[in-house]
Amino acid sequence: MKEWLKKHDTIYFMLTNKRFVGGMIFIVAMVLIAILGPWLARLELNWYLEESGTKNLDPTANIGIPYSPPSSRHWLGTNSFGQDVFMQLVFGLRSSLLIGIIGGGLATLIGLIVGFVSGYSGGMMDELLMMLTNIMLVIPTMAVLIIIAAYLPYRGVLIESIIIGLTGWPWTARAVRSETLSLKSRDFVHLARISAVKPLRIIFGEIAPNMLSYVFMVFILQFGGSILAAVGLDFIGLGPTRGTSLGLMLQQAVLWNAIQLGMWWWIIPPGAIITAIVAALYTVNTGLDEAFNPKLREM
Amino acid sequence: MGKYLSKKITIYILTFFIAVTLDWAIPRFMPGNPISILVSRFSALPNARKVLTSYFTQSFGLDKPILVQYLNFWKAFFHGDLGVSVYLYPKPVVDIIKESLPYDIALLLPSIILSWIFGNWIGALAAKNRILDKTLVPILYVFTAMPYFWFAIIIAWILGVVIPIFPISGAYSYSMTPELSWTFFFDFLHHWFLPFLTLFVVMLGGWAIGMRNMIIYEIEANYSRYLESLGASDKMILRYAFRNAVLPQVTGLALQLGTIVAGALTTEMVFSYPGIGYLLLQGILHQDYFLIQGCFLFIVLSVLAANFLVDLVYVLIDPRVRYSYTEGA
Repeated sequence: MKEWLKKHDTIYFMLTNKRFVGGMIFIVAMVLIAILGPWLARLELNWYLEESGTKNLDPTANIGIPYSPPSSRHWLGTNSFGQDVFMQLVFGLRSSLLIGIIGGGLATLIGLIVGFVSGYSGGMMDELLMMLTNIMLVIPTMAVLIIIAAYLPYRGVLIESIIIGLTGWPWTARAVRSETLSLKSRDFVHLARISAVKPLRIIFGEIAPNMLSYVFMVFILQFGGSILAAVGLDFIGLGPTRGTSLGLMLQQAVLWNAIQLGMWWWIIPPGAIITAIVAALYTVNTGLDEAFNPKLREM
Repeated sequence: MGKYLSKKITIYILTFFIAVTLDWAIPRFMPGNPISILVSRFSALPNARKVLTSYFTQSFGLDKPILVQYLNFWKAFFHGDLGVSVYLYPKPVVDIIKESLPYDIALLLPSIILSWIFGNWIGALAAKNRILDKTLVPILYVFTAMPYFWFAIIIAWILGVVIPIFPISGAYSYSMTPELSWTFFFDFLHHWFLPFLTLFVVMLGGWAIGMRNMIIYEIEANYSRYLESLGASDKMILRYAFRNAVLPQVTGLALQLGTIVAGALTTEMVFSYPGIGYLLLQGILHQDYFLIQGCFLFIVLSVLAANFLVDLVYVLIDPRVRYSYTEGA
């Protein structure tokens, strides 16, 4: 184990970095809650399943007395319709994390390809791709999302994450391009080129391994960004047309005067979870930065 | 300098064309029939349907070839004709947007400028002071991770319901009409404060963290080390580092504008503040597609204009941009 760690010192620095480990533990816990969500909801609403005799839990079902604060029957109370807030929360968490992974992954992938091709090939291709990137960069993403989503009669979590991914890539492309430009002119790449190594081998053998850490960090940021974008879209009323999500919960809370009625159990948890996840992702990102960048390591 | 500007202007003109084209294309190439949705919004009377369909088909120009439709759309755009609102029928969309514009400016301009200045200041302080760095930076991370509208909800609940010292809805009391008097001004300010605070706090986190990271990077740079070896005071080194660190923050301002505007939209929705965001929400709730499209165009064009302004400022404050384009050419 020690020998292996000596060879992979970045992994050693990652695992000993408090920020990375702390943030990662929180995110893994959230993923577990999302995966175990239906089971947790069953645990909470066992009494309801027994009383009503139904087998399946539906987060949009009105199962309790409306406006009831947290209790042993409803761990996080109920909303104005008598829906169980805890159940909505665990189901909403699932769609938020899913959008983060799909949307963030897609945005990272597109940004990576555009940025890499642009930086590596240079010339006319570079000019064209960067012009496209700059154009996408100034158009406010949210406005584009709004107008596309407004005209979609049916919206699912998948469609939402795809349109978020398709609009979120420009800054990644720019960052990857400048990273490629700097890597391309390093000595070891020149050396490989002089030794007549094939272009594809240079890309995957010499440049890609050096960019891996960077790409991972970009993905972490895109993951958080996609979650925030989706929550905003849901809140505006352009989220999934079926099911529930954290943003949808907050939209309903505002529309049904949860603020004026002081229903804190309805308005605090969804946003607190989003904030905690995004903050944890930022913390992981800072931790990774410290682990990958020797200059920033705490001695 | 001229080359730099002409390159930027080309990008902006292209973006402008693409944005307007998007606005034209999306309702036409989307699945479903937006026209029938629009008509169904209007048709309170059964026989109005027929008249309205032909009216809409004509004004939308759907019976003409697609290129003519596109040209007609541009013609209407340059005449300031963005259609008529369904929700506030028969008001033209342009007039509705014009009315909400002052509220957006009153909210966005002070919050962006103040949070940018204050955030940079805090960030620079945190970079130099270890205790401040350990205590303040985690809080700033939480600020920047919050969705704008959630913080708006929480602050409205705390300062509007639990301790009711601020109103949480509208831009002024319902009993008042907008006029030039001190009572109205104070009432306006009273309503303005919470939305302003929301935008200010959430933005503050991002600026401060960006500044802190940049300063740490600059303090490690050779010129700072050289200054240090010459025996310059910490304050002096920080001042030089600050001047270099502020440049990426100016670029960051341009890049962040879209996100900020989106945050302002949702914040206005929480406080029922009658800006573009609230208008957009009404448009979506009432399926008022002309209004949605008008808001989209307006948001895109103002972000473009603001970006251009930031680019101009950048030329003024960064001598390297000026030199590289005057000497290199």
